[in-house]
Parts: sequence; C-alpha cells; structure tokens
Amino acid sequence: MTQDLLYSIAGIVLFGIGLFGVIAAAHIIRKLIAINIMGIGVFMVLLATARHGTITDPLPHAMVLTGIVVAVAGTALCLWLALQIHQLDNTTSKDQPQ
Amino acid sequence: MFLKLEFQEHKLSSAGLSSATRYLLGILITVLSAALAFVIIRSEKAAPDLATLATNKLNLSGVENPVTAVLLNFRSYDTLLEIAVLLIVAVSILPDRLPIPAATAKIQFLSNMHPHSVNPVLVGLLKWLIPLAIVMGGYLLWTGAYTPGGAFQAGAVVAGAGVALSLAGHHRFIWQTASVRISLSLGLLMFVMVAAANAIITGTTLQYPTPYAGSFILIIEVAATVSIAATLLLLFTQLKAMVEFTMKGNNQ
Amino acid sequence: MSIEIAIDAVLAGGIITLAGLSLLVREMFTAIVLYVSLGLLVTITWARLSAWDVAIAEAAIGAGLTGALLLVAWRQLHDAAAKTERTNHVS
Repeated sequence: MTQDLLYSIAGIVLFGIGLFGVIAAAHIIRKLIAINIMGIGVFMVLLATARHGTITDPLPHAMVLTGIVVAVAGTALCLWLALQIHQLDNTTSKDQPQ
Repeated sequence: MFLKLEFQEHKLSSAGLSSATRYLLGILITVLSAALAFVIIRSEKAAPDLATLATNKLNLSGVENPVTAVLLNFRSYDTLLEIAVLLIVAVSILPDRLPIPAATAKIQFLSNMHPHSVNPVLVGLLKWLIPLAIVMGGYLLWTGAYTPGGAFQAGAVVAGAGVALSLAGHHRFIWQTASVRISLSLGLLMFVMVAAANAIITGTTLQYPTPYAGSFILIIEVAATVSIAATLLLLFTQLKAMVEFTMKGNNQ
Repeated sequence: MSIEIAIDAVLAGGIITLAGLSLLVREMFTAIVLYVSLGLLVTITWARLSAWDVAIAEAAIGAGLTGALLLVAWRQLHDAAAKTERTNHVS
C-alpha cells in the first residue's frame, strides 16, 4: 500500500463523513464544519493523485490553493447569512408573540 | 432536512431524521465511498504529461516556483475569477448600516477604542507580533517566485495579524472609508489592468511576454495580497461586529 | 519505508478520527476546537505530500481563520440563546 493510495482512501473516507454530517447534522455551524471536512477530503484526493513518482504535478496544488481561499470565503458568507436570518427570526418572533 | 435552519445547540434530533433514515443514509454513503475507493484503486494513474509540460515551460513563466507559475501565468484565469469571487463576497458583507463617520478622513481605516480592561501581556505581545506578521507576509510574497509562498499565504498571514489586532480590542476597523474599499478591489482592478495593458501591447490578454512576466506577476501578487488580506479581515470583523451589536442589545 | 507508511497511517487515522469526533461530539465549542486541530493535522499531511504551498495556506487559513470565524459566529448564537432563556425565565 503506497502513500498516495493511503491518502486517497483517507480523502474518500473524509468526504463520506462530511457528506453524512451535512445531511444528518442539525445545527448550522455543524453543517458548515461538515462541508469543510468534505472539502478537505476532496483536496486530499487531489494532492495524493498529483504525485507521479519523483515529478509532482503543480496544477492540482494551484487548484487546492484556490479552493482553500474560496472555501473560507464561502464559509464566512454562509455564517453571515445564517446570523442575519437568526437575528431576523428573533426580532419577528419578539414583535409578534404567539 | 434543509428546509429550516437550526440554531439550537443541544438538539440531537438530527435534522428530524429518524434513526432508520440515518442508517439507510450511512449505508448509502458507505457504498458510495467504497465505489469511489474502488475506482481510485483500479484506475491507472494519468500519465504525467501536464506535470512534465509545466516543468519544461517553467523558464517561460518568469518565476521559478511551479505552483506560482501555474497560478499566475499558465492558468491565471482561475486566479482572476477567484479574486472576483472574493470581491463579490466582500461586497455582499460590507457594512451599509452605519453612515460614514464625519470625523474620519478618507484614508484612516483604524480608530482607537478604549476597552474596559487592558491586558498588558497581550498588548506587549502584539507590539512584536503584528509587525513581525506583516514582515512575514512581505517575505512570503517576495519568496513566492522562487520557493513555496505567494499572494494567498501572504494575504492570510497579514489577515491573521489584523484578526489579532481586532481581538485585542484597542482598535476598530472602519470599512466605510474609501481607502479600504479601494484596497478590497485593488487585486481585481490591477489584474484586469495588467491584462488590458498586455492585450494592447501583445494582442493576448493573459499571456505575458517572457521578459516582463516576472514583474507582471509581482505587480498582480502585491495587489492580490492587499485585497485578500482586506477581504479576510473584513469577513472576520463583520461577524465580530454582529456579536458586539447583540451584546449592546443585551445590556440595554 | 515501512516506518514512513506507519506515520502516514497514524496521521490519516487521526484525521479521520478527529473529523468523526467533531461531528459527533455534543458541545459545539468542542466541535469547533476539534475542527481547528483537524486543520493542523491536515497541514502536516500536506507537508507529507510535499505540497508546501498548500501547507502554508492551510496553516494560516484552514487552521487559523476558519476557526476564528466559526467561534465568533458560535458566540453570537450562544449569547442570543442565553438571552432568550433569561427573558423567558423572567417573564
């Protein structure tokens, strides 16, 4: 079992864990953690398959670098929208007691 | 499952899924993962054509680090669009609730605050840490042409310094000033300007002539570092500002 | 060679364990801290795969900034929940 194969399979397992978490977890922050774990799994597969013996393919490295930055921006946007929805929920439920 | 956002922490109802559904989901995902692993194990590795191609053409790119060459020369469309994505996120999060403070000049982006409690150890540490982080960012940016490093890493380190400054509580970032908005969009602007200038001179947008490629890449990277750092810092301080907003409501 | 594979196996096992724990653990704060430590282990993994550029970015962004963002958002929700609980208690 080579190193690349080990990390490829670990990446797939991480992707599966994250997918399960996205669907099964209730809390919004936990869903976001699960999405990030899925992303880490994908990055791991990409980087593990980028190696060809001594030569390393720089293309997947550049893609993963882009992906990390976009992932953090997306996470922050999701958190921001969730907090806005939460505040809105609170104010409306306070104004109209049922 | 995805219809309602759940904000309550200790609710283990798991998005309203019954345990049977969860077991089914677990089995399905296991099967999917096993299939993916099978494909990975069985598939032949792709021939390293692209890797050798990138290595052979490295001397045309103007930099020596292959990852920087791919990011900013061979596939610079990806990076251009990524910086555009960051700008879109920044614009959608930018504060519009507060008016521009009248006393603030167009340039000043930090205002002093007087926190209730001062932590002298933290202040003393930050006096060393923040300049060090900024120098580190500059080093990562410069060295990105030869060794691992580059605009993203430098921007992230500088943003980390800003996060530390913001957490210490002595300063507040003002996002309404013109200088900050320019620095948010500087990366995209500079990228497009370099591409346009290149198109006028050579006729192709993002294919730099080899003698100037190094300096073009450096210009773009400096601008992108400023934008990435400003965007990441904006994301953090805006989320933190919402916390302070709620806390103020708490005290009233 | 075999000891290197053993190190990789321990690293991969640790990452998978942390990922599972951060989704299973009951406290949200613990989950976020586990996710940050997952980011640090992943940084070591990128270094093992000789992806140095990615490792630097992951250390700064994945382990640092994402954790800070999640913690700040969590605190907001936590405070709001405590506040509604208090008002409910008073009334």
